[in-house]
Amino acid sequence: MTPPVSRGSSLLRLFPAITLAVFLAPVAAGLVATALPAFGYLPALGGRTIDLDSWRKLLAIPGLAASVRLTLQTGVLATMLALAVVIGFCSVMHHTRLFRRTQVVLSPLLATPHVAVAIGLAFLIAPSGWASRLVSPWLTGWTRPPDVAVVHDAQGLSFVLGLLLKEIPYLMLMTLSALNQVRAAETLVTARALGYAPAAAWLKTILPQVYSQIRLPIYAVLAFSMSVVDVAVVLAPNQPPPLSVLLFRLFTDRDLSLVFPAAAGACLQLLVVAAAIGLWRAAEIAVSVASRRWLTGGGGKKTGWPLRGAWASIMAALVALSFLGTVSLGMWSFAKTWFFPEALPAAWTLSHWSRHAPDLVWPGVVTLGTGLAATLIGLALAVGCLQNERVNGLGSAARALWLLYTPLLVPQIAFLFGAQMLLVRMNVDGTWIALVWSHLLFVFPYVFLSLADPWRSFDLRYRTSALALTGSPLRAFLRVELPLMLKPALFALAIGFAVSVGQYLPTVFAGGGRFTTLTVEAVTLSSGNDPRVTGIYALVQAALPLAMYLFAIAAPAWRYRHRKGMG
Amino acid sequence: MTRTFIAAFFLFCTSVHAMDASDAWPGILEKARDQTVYFNAWAGDENTNGFIAWAAGRVKALYGVNLTHVKIALTSEAVSRVVAEKAAGRHAGGSIDLIWINGENFLSMKEQGLLFGPFTQRLPNYALVDNVGKPSTVIDFTVPVDGMESPWRMAQIVYAYDTARLKDPPRSIAAMLAWARQNPGRITHPRIRNFLGSTFLKQALYELAEDPKVLQTPATDASFARVTAPLWRWYDELKPLMWRKGEQFPETGPAMRQLLADGEIDIMISFNPNEATTAIGKGILPDTVRTFVLAKGTIGNTSFVAIPYNAAHKEGAMVVANFLLSPESQAHAMNPSTMGNFTVLDLNRLAPADRKRFEDLPKGVATLSAAELGRPLLEPHPSWMNGIVAEWEHRYTK
Repeated sequence: MTPPVSRGSSLLRLFPAITLAVFLAPVAAGLVATALPAFGYLPALGGRTIDLDSWRKLLAIPGLAASVRLTLQTGVLATMLALAVVIGFCSVMHHTRLFRRTQVVLSPLLATPHVAVAIGLAFLIAPSGWASRLVSPWLTGWTRPPDVAVVHDAQGLSFVLGLLLKEIPYLMLMTLSALNQVRAAETLVTARALGYAPAAAWLKTILPQVYSQIRLPIYAVLAFSMSVVDVAVVLAPNQPPPLSVLLFRLFTDRDLSLVFPAAAGACLQLLVVAAAIGLWRAAEIAVSVASRRWLTGGGGKKTGWPLRGAWASIMAALVALSFLGTVSLGMWSFAKTWFFPEALPAAWTLSHWSRHAPDLVWPGVVTLGTGLAATLIGLALAVGCLQNERVNGLGSAARALWLLYTPLLVPQIAFLFGAQMLLVRMNVDGTWIALVWSHLLFVFPYVFLSLADPWRSFDLRYRTSALALTGSPLRAFLRVELPLMLKPALFALAIGFAVSVGQYLPTVFAGGGRFTTLTVEAVTLSSGNDPRVTGIYALVQAALPLAMYLFAIAAPAWRYRHRKGMG
Repeated sequence: MTRTFIAAFFLFCTSVHAMDASDAWPGILEKARDQTVYFNAWAGDENTNGFIAWAAGRVKALYGVNLTHVKIALTSEAVSRVVAEKAAGRHAGGSIDLIWINGENFLSMKEQGLLFGPFTQRLPNYALVDNVGKPSTVIDFTVPVDGMESPWRMAQIVYAYDTARLKDPPRSIAAMLAWARQNPGRITHPRIRNFLGSTFLKQALYELAEDPKVLQTPATDASFARVTAPLWRWYDELKPLMWRKGEQFPETGPAMRQLLADGEIDIMISFNPNEATTAIGKGILPDTVRTFVLAKGTIGNTSFVAIPYNAAHKEGAMVVANFLLSPESQAHAMNPSTMGNFTVLDLNRLAPADRKRFEDLPKGVATLSAAELGRPLLEPHPSWMNGIVAEWEHRYTK
């Protein structure tokens, strides 16, 4: 059917253009500021020529190859395992009552900041950590912790585990949101009627539909795993470290001339991440070709799924690890002293909380205001762009939107250096507008990629019927399309909000020291490595996003409690 | 000889940067009133944060200056912002008025023309600074300060250890290796590019070098190889005897302190003589921790504040820098329950009432006296540290 031409649809055409206008300048500034010093040009630090010296210096850094290898290895492994656990869990658990509660259970894990989860995990599993304390010295005989590299292990396995604790809940949430757009129940009934076991039915009929909807989030997970700095510092090997950490050290070195090889390294990281995503895409195609016979071959009818308990246990173990890590941080925040091998703090106190409480209020307000503003703007732009795509098809501006993912792929510090120059040139640095804008740069890609696939797989027959019944594209959108997309939209909102809450460097750069958020307090105070302070801020940082996730879960259920199949 | 040189240098600075009428202190005070000074300072230490908050209250009451502590996790975050502002052409009205800075970042900023000054000679309290007995207040990492940064507290290398696990700590670099042979896996240092990591090796070089005086001159390729040869012989043997067999290192000094707290190591290096006392007070370290210095002395340096070349509120920043040098502020900073940092002032130049502020201070439980610390050794020329870092990475990075 040809979409009815209306003023609304031509207004919609503006959305990709507006979005590009909002982001193109800072993204371009960020990329240029990364690329130029990579080729020697940065007059502020005396670089006035274009040459390959930065690259020569980068390649001469001892351990560079090992860093790249580690980054690829841990990034790909973490993404594969996260995906495997999510698919395995969904395939065997999708028809249980527990499954419907999963998102409630997972939301605290999603809300807790990455680095807090990493610190919690490190404290659990370190040789001097909580697990070891619980069994020492009465069982192990250890009065001193053993000298074993459990955390920072050379293969980066504890780093992968730390990434999984955050990525599995995220992919799980994306999958649940995608399942909303798939007629899962009907399909499964059909498949079961044809004699397929539950797991095989899910893998063969639902997974192919779901996968195409969570593809972008998977790429985001891959890119994140390969570029994250703070989690890597806590858990990854540091001699040599992953590429992201190596670059962060170069960028923040006392020797300002290291900015040049660091910028070349930032370009290298972009290439490595892009290559990994390309390889992943190639593997997707290979798997889909190879599995065609299996998908349609009719196997899986007789046997049940033997690993049902295993997948559920893996998921339960990961949830438990994340939960216990956060609990241990919470305990630290009330601990007066807690030395090895005491199983619990020797003395408790409220003094850490009472000391920090006054410092939480104003940063809390700034965090909330900035997060809401950035996320709501991001959501409005994303919905506008996607709706335009639905109504008007992909225009050239819409095709260029992939550019907006680049802030996720380039090291943040390089990128922000350029964005900061733009803000200074425009004379808006240190203003709240600049702060929201800089958060938007990192919030929007997540909001967009969380929303894009579900939006694109929307059943257009709903729209056709709605247009016929309401007679207006706007009314059809507001009364039928938006309510049907409310769940993914609210999840995207919650994810975007959590991303905003977690931003440290953008706040420091664009805020110019005029705005303090909870994360700025948390990161700066945590550089002193006091686990009690870290504990306080981990809980406080988690509180606001958690409220948002719970809202995203509760609101659609409450709003549409009278409508069948929309809760 | 060194003293004469420094004194002469000091006089030289004074004469070159004589004040003119518009620079006079009352005029600066007047302009500073109601200015908001954005002080970018590492915020990982609650005691230091508390001290800055106290100073903010005092400069408001005394001079009507609003002092805002911009908390940062790394000094380089602030340096980066100044560079970005310079690159964008904002040569006035910058967002940073004052930075807490140490030698390494100072040298970079000075070389890149990112600092305002010289300004220290304009500060009335600067006359009280002990630039003879504490030469690191005018020579920062062998680089002349040239009045481009103002000192505010002294630092000196100490080693903290837990008396519950270690009775008699090794008081020389050689003894440290012998101790590690008996106690493998019980010592470490932060990663080499952290300033404390390179400091661990610098301190060892001081004792192992045949003639430590050469460390005050720039290293050449030939002298570096010759002078540091004993260092690498020592470190080659120590490294596999360190925590995690010398394969992994804590990221920062505070991360290393947590290892001491968790009982993973027995000895740690620190650049803050009062760190153990403060940490015991907060329950971060066991109350059995004490500090020691090496028999032949340890390296000392000074913490400074500097003003970016494009700072919007230079007068306010100077008023704050001057307040940080006041006997009131220095004595408050030296109190072990606030920060416990040694003063940069020459107590002999103070009025008796001001001197009494220092004499009445309590002593920290794990803090050595100035006499026990001994006269600090001067930092080697930065080329030695850069060489050590590069050579370390070359030798030990797989």
